[in-house]
Formats: sequence, structure tokens, C-alpha cells
Amino acid sequence: MKLTGAEILWECLVREGVEVVFGYPGGANMPLYDAMLNYPIHHVLVRHEQGGAHMADGYARASGKVGVAMGTSGPGATNLVTGIATAMMDSSPVVFITGQVAAHLIGGDAFQEVDVTGITLPITKHNYLVTRPDEIAEVVREAFYIARSGRPGPVLIDICKNAQIEKAEFEYPDEVKLPGYKPPVHAPKASLEQAVRLLEKAKRPVILLGHGALISGAEEVIQHFAVKTQTPVAMTLLGLGAFPASHPLSLGMMGMHGEAHTNLAIQNADLLLGFGMRFDDRVTGTLKTYAPNAKKIHVEIDPSEVHKNVKVDVPLVGDLKAVVTDLVPMVDEYEHEEWMQQIAEWKSEGDARSIMSWPEDGKLYVAHMVHDLWEATGGGAIITTDVGQHQMWSAQYYFLEKPNRWITSGGAGTMGFGLPSAIGAWFAHKDQEIWAVAGDGGFQMTAAELSTAVQEGANVKVAIMNNGFLGMVRQWQEFFFEKRYSGVHMKAPDFVKLADAHGVPARRVTKPEEVKEAIEWARKTEGPVVLEFVVVQEDAVYPMVPAGAALDQMLRRPTRQK
Amino acid sequence: MQYTFITLVENKPGVLNRVASLFRRRNFNIESLAVGRTERPDVSRMTIVVGCNDDMDAHKIEANLYKLVNVIDVQDVTKQPSVTRDLALIKVKAGPERRAEVNNLAEIFRARIVDVAPDSLIVEVTGTEEKIEGMMELLRPIGIMEMVRTGQIAMTRGAYEGERHTPGANGNGWHDEDESGLAEY
Ligand SMILES: Cc1ncc(C[n+]2csc(CCOP(=O)(O)OP(=O)(O)O)c2C)c(N)n1
Repeated sequence: MKLTGAEILWECLVREGVEVVFGYPGGANMPLYDAMLNYPIHHVLVRHEQGGAHMADGYARASGKVGVAMGTSGPGATNLVTGIATAMMDSSPVVFITGQVAAHLIGGDAFQEVDVTGITLPITKHNYLVTRPDEIAEVVREAFYIARSGRPGPVLIDICKNAQIEKAEFEYPDEVKLPGYKPPVHAPKASLEQAVRLLEKAKRPVILLGHGALISGAEEVIQHFAVKTQTPVAMTLLGLGAFPASHPLSLGMMGMHGEAHTNLAIQNADLLLGFGMRFDDRVTGTLKTYAPNAKKIHVEIDPSEVHKNVKVDVPLVGDLKAVVTDLVPMVDEYEHEEWMQQIAEWKSEGDARSIMSWPEDGKLYVAHMVHDLWEATGGGAIITTDVGQHQMWSAQYYFLEKPNRWITSGGAGTMGFGLPSAIGAWFAHKDQEIWAVAGDGGFQMTAAELSTAVQEGANVKVAIMNNGFLGMVRQWQEFFFEKRYSGVHMKAPDFVKLADAHGVPARRVTKPEEVKEAIEWARKTEGPVVLEFVVVQEDAVYPMVPAGAALDQMLRRPTRQK
Repeated sequence: MQYTFITLVENKPGVLNRVASLFRRRNFNIESLAVGRTERPDVSRMTIVVGCNDDMDAHKIEANLYKLVNVIDVQDVTKQPSVTRDLALIKVKAGPERRAEVNNLAEIFRARIVDVAPDSLIVEVTGTEEKIEGMMELLRPIGIMEMVRTGQIAMTRGAYEGERHTPGANGNGWHDEDESGLAEY
């Protein structure tokens, strides 16, 4: 049967199980929009393509399925770029579909022509330029497979307008033919044995758990492994939730704003097991002094991450779940009582400095609000964040017991991610409670998507932490630029009125004692809600490892209040 | 030190750009890159010569190449017995009075004169880098007007294979057949 390229695209998306696409129309993708009307896929009209990209990303991270975002050629496609890079850095499976000018016009600077495959080459896992309708089925099949398999990532398909209009025979390929793409699964036996020998000798081991644990669905087997070998587990920002926060072996978050006892454990370890993480500079501090006495085992599906930042002793290239499953029967039950004792001591020291131990002083702290939110939601909500101080406080104080409830832009640190990713997550889990925690700065970057939330009836609660500053940058200026504040003071609009203009119920919270009640009100109110928290202006996230410092050289929260 | 990689890639538009872009992005310095067809119409072969500090750099290059979906196989033949060849065309400023001199040099290097014009000659020389450099050295005093080189191509001798730097790496299968298998997971 002959179909137009546009019809072929939708036929393919239906077969890939796509339920929802986040998009924006324009000249070069109008045939796609026309054909879309005949297919059972819900289209979300976003307010800016970047928002659409983050929605598809949030949808993908919450559902484990491939998200889809669309834009037209030229500016539509370039507006997607930030979202594509964000998905790339965090290994998120998103398929981006852009319209392109007709094939015969390519290269001629036609209206709204931009070299999109060229621009996105370094920020996609793979991309395609489609010039004929008969290419579409195979390309879409491959794109979805590449996006979700191995180390997931964004794949972009740029479809020329003529390929959308012209007809071709439609047949969906049963399998992909990719001779150059075979993601590894198991690691070689000899390497596994080497790893076991290191484990047998280890007295102070630490597991470093990353996003790979969630992507590979390895949470259960890792818990099994950690308990059997009595190895404490530290998590990266994106690994949070992969191991229950309340578990006696949990060390919480590592790195720049990780807990002190966690970073101390890493620095003093004699064996590190990097599980689906990439020794990013935000978790290692300076590499010169990183875990100097530790042997390193690295389980990682992407071989280019092995030895990239940290030279490891035993690389295990494969799927985390498969590799750890293979390891479990090879290891004995170990005990590390002294080590756990030592870590517990460091921890009790840190607890005393925690903001949670501060006496009430009538001021509203983000950390306290996050803690209240955690209590109110029983730790079970899906939390998305924007980027900045509130993001770190959310990571520190929203204790996650379960996987896939924590959606944040880690690798790219993209401001504007919070609200749209929450909307995307809602399409994945309409029955779940969803909160977007954002700063006053980042919220304004994609605030227009509030309107999308209203149009879609998305039941997302937005908590804006208004400190009147670009808080995280202000903090760096306070610490490292002698408090010379430059370009960080931001006068925000009246967020309650802004919400009101969108028809979104909203409240402003200025006192600690109003927090719980406001959260409850938001939870009870159907549909999108905005809560503005007017918080302490110049609070800082502690502990903090200054960029380029050793991981155990942390700035700690002063024990007395300012 | 210069490392030489043989890379098999799918013969599709844009693959050269992907490889080149990768080298730029990861800050590897390409010395030469030669692309051409192979015995299989769907596969192209690249010989890439890159400056590396050590085998660790070579591992990085190998692993990053494998990140490209269209890359099928990567072998490091730097330390393996292999034949490497480069071809150069050199236009020499030489009127009739110096033709014999150039001809003599060409003979020594087993090069050929492929074009004769009133006041210039084109010499074609194939061989290893050193040989070509040696030939140029001697032609320079006579006067090189123009020069073009193909960049190195390489092939391992006999049954030798290039090195694989990542454990288990064996073409893009990464692991021996019996050790892999997506089905289980
Ligand atoms: C798109 C983008 N631009 C700039 C930055 C740099 N940046 C990181 S955190 C931050 C401040 C964020 O301020 P706000 O949204 O108010 O959150 P807060 O830190 O106050 O919680 C900035 C500007 C960024 N991460 N992303």
C-alpha cells in the first residue's frame, strides 16, 4: 500500500507505541501535522520548542519509554537544541523529529533552512537527514532502537518536506540492520574474576551508583550485591533513587554537594566500584587527589567512559544489570564492620551541622520546605527540579526510597528544565503526584509552559523558591569572588498574579509555619498549582567542594547562624 | 607518537563527517585520513593516523569511534606487522636541462614521471612516509612547485590483526559470540 511520507511516519510512531508527542508546527512540518489528525496519538502544543524537548525528556525518564518531540525547520529546530543537549548529557531516550526544506532546496539557504543534522551531530547519539519517503520506515525503526538501547540518548530525524508529501510503499521493518551497533551486555569472564579478587581483598569498599543503575533496571540486583558484600552505596545526582535512602548501607549523594561522610568515605576507600556512572568532575573533585588509595572497578556500558576521567584497574564493559547479576554468585559474603563504624562516625559529625538540626528562627529555608514536602508526600511523589541551589537542596532532603521518581538535569545543568519535564512526567504517570521544584530564575526561563499545563490539565504542582537571586551563582560569588554580586539580583514578577493570569490557583508562602498547610492545599487542589516560597535570600548549599578542589576539602555549614 | 587505525564504516553519506567531527570534538589530532571503498560495496575503509601519547589515548580513540553508530570495526595496527603506503604527486620545476636529473632520482626511488611539460614534470611516488619525505628532500633544491599526498593506507600482513584496547572488544560485537546475548535481559 502506498502512503505519503507523513502517513508513514505516523504509522511507524503508532507501531513504536508512541502515545504522545510534544511539538510545534511550521511551514516545513505542516504535512506531518495534517496527517497526524488521522492517528491515535495525542499532540501537545507547547509554547516553545525547548519546553517540548524537556517534556519529551521528562516523559522518557518517568516512563522508561522513548519520548518524542517535534519542531519545524530553522528556528523551530534550533529552539530544540538546548533540550537535545540536555537529553544527550543525561542519556535520555528521546526521538526528535524536525521538518526540513524540500530536498532540492537543501544547501541553497532557502527560507527557514538550517543545517540541523550538522548542528546536532555532536549532541545526538545519532541523527538522520531523510530526503525520500521510502527511507522513513527504516529510519524511524532504527532511531527508536538506537535511542533506547545501549547507553540511551537522543536521536534526531530531519525530514525534508518533499519526503513528507511524496508517496512510497509502506512496510515496517521487523528488525534493524545496524552492523556497527551492538551494545555490549556481559563482560568477559576473566575481567569478572579480576574484579572478584579485588573485592575479596577490600577492607573499605564503596559502590558509586549512577544513572546507569536506573536505565538498566539493576536496582534489585545491586541491593542484593551490596548486602551480600556489605558494601556501602553512594549515589550520583542522577543515581538518586536507585538505592533506598533509608537503607543502612546508603550513603546518599556524593560529589560537589554530596554529604561529608559520603565524600570522606570515597576519599578513604580502598576499593571503588563505579556502577553505571562516569566519574564526572562534579563527583570527583580534582582528579589529582581522587580516592588515592582505592583500586577501581568500573562497570559501564559505554566503553568511551572507561578510563576517560579516572584510570581504572578493572573495566567491565557491559550492561550493569547483566554484569552485577553475573558477579553476585561469584562473590562471598563479606563483613566490613570497622569501615561501617568509621563512616557512621563521620556521619554523626555531619548531622550536627545539617540545616535540619538548626533551631527554628522564623525564617523560611528551602531545605526545610523540601523536607516538609517529603513528609507530606511520604517520599512518593515524582520530583522534577530546575537547576541551582534548590536542585541541590531537593537532592539532599527529598529522600528517595524508590527509583524513577527523580528527574533533574544533571550533565547539562539546564535551567528551565523543571516545569516542562514535570509536564512530560505527568503524561507518563497521570495517577502520580508530581512536583516541580524551581528557582525564581529558572522558572522564568520556561514559565510559558504553565499555559501548556493548563491547556492539557496537567496535574503538576510547581514550587517556586524565590530568593530574589540567581542563587547558585550568587553563592559562588559569595565564596569565590569576595561577595561581589554581579548580574545575579533578579526582580521577579508577582508569581501569584502570573499564575492567576493563567487561571492557575496560586499562593505565596512567607513563613515557615505556613508551609505544611500550603503544601496540603496544593495537593488537594486539582490540576496545576503554583506555590511561591519567599525564602532566605542568601543561604548557601553545604557541604560544598569548590570546583577543582579535592573531594574531601569541603566548605561546611557554619555551626552558628549568620 | 603516531598511531595508525584501520576503521571499517558503513558506506553511507555523512559518515566521514561524523568521524572527522568526533576527532575535532574530542581534541584528537588527525595527521592523515584516507577513505575508500573495500571489497564490500556497503563498507568503506578508513586509515587514520593520529598523534597519541600512549595506548591510553589509542583506547580513547577506539572507544569513541565505536560510539558512532556507523563504525563497524576499529583496529590499531601501529605495533602490528603491516604494510603502509602513501602516494604523492610532485610537480617539479624542471626544464629540458634538468629532466635527466629528476629522472635519475625517480629511478632510485622507484617513482615514475607521469607528465612532462615544457618547464615542469610530475613525479608520482608511492611508499612509506619516510620514503616520500626522502624523495621530497632531494627534489626540493630543484624546485617543488606543487605537491599532493593521499595520506596513508595500511593493511596488516598475513593473518595478523590489529590491537583492541578495550577488554572484550572484537569488532562492534565487543565480545565473543558465546559471551554476549541480548535475549537474556
Ligand atoms: C540555561 C542556563 N543558564 C545559566 C546557567 C548557570 N546557572 C546555574 S545555577 C544558576 C542560578 C539559578 O538561579 P535560580 O533559578 O533562581 O535558582 P536558585 O539557585 O536560586 O535555587 C545559573 C544562572 C544554567 N545552569 N543554565
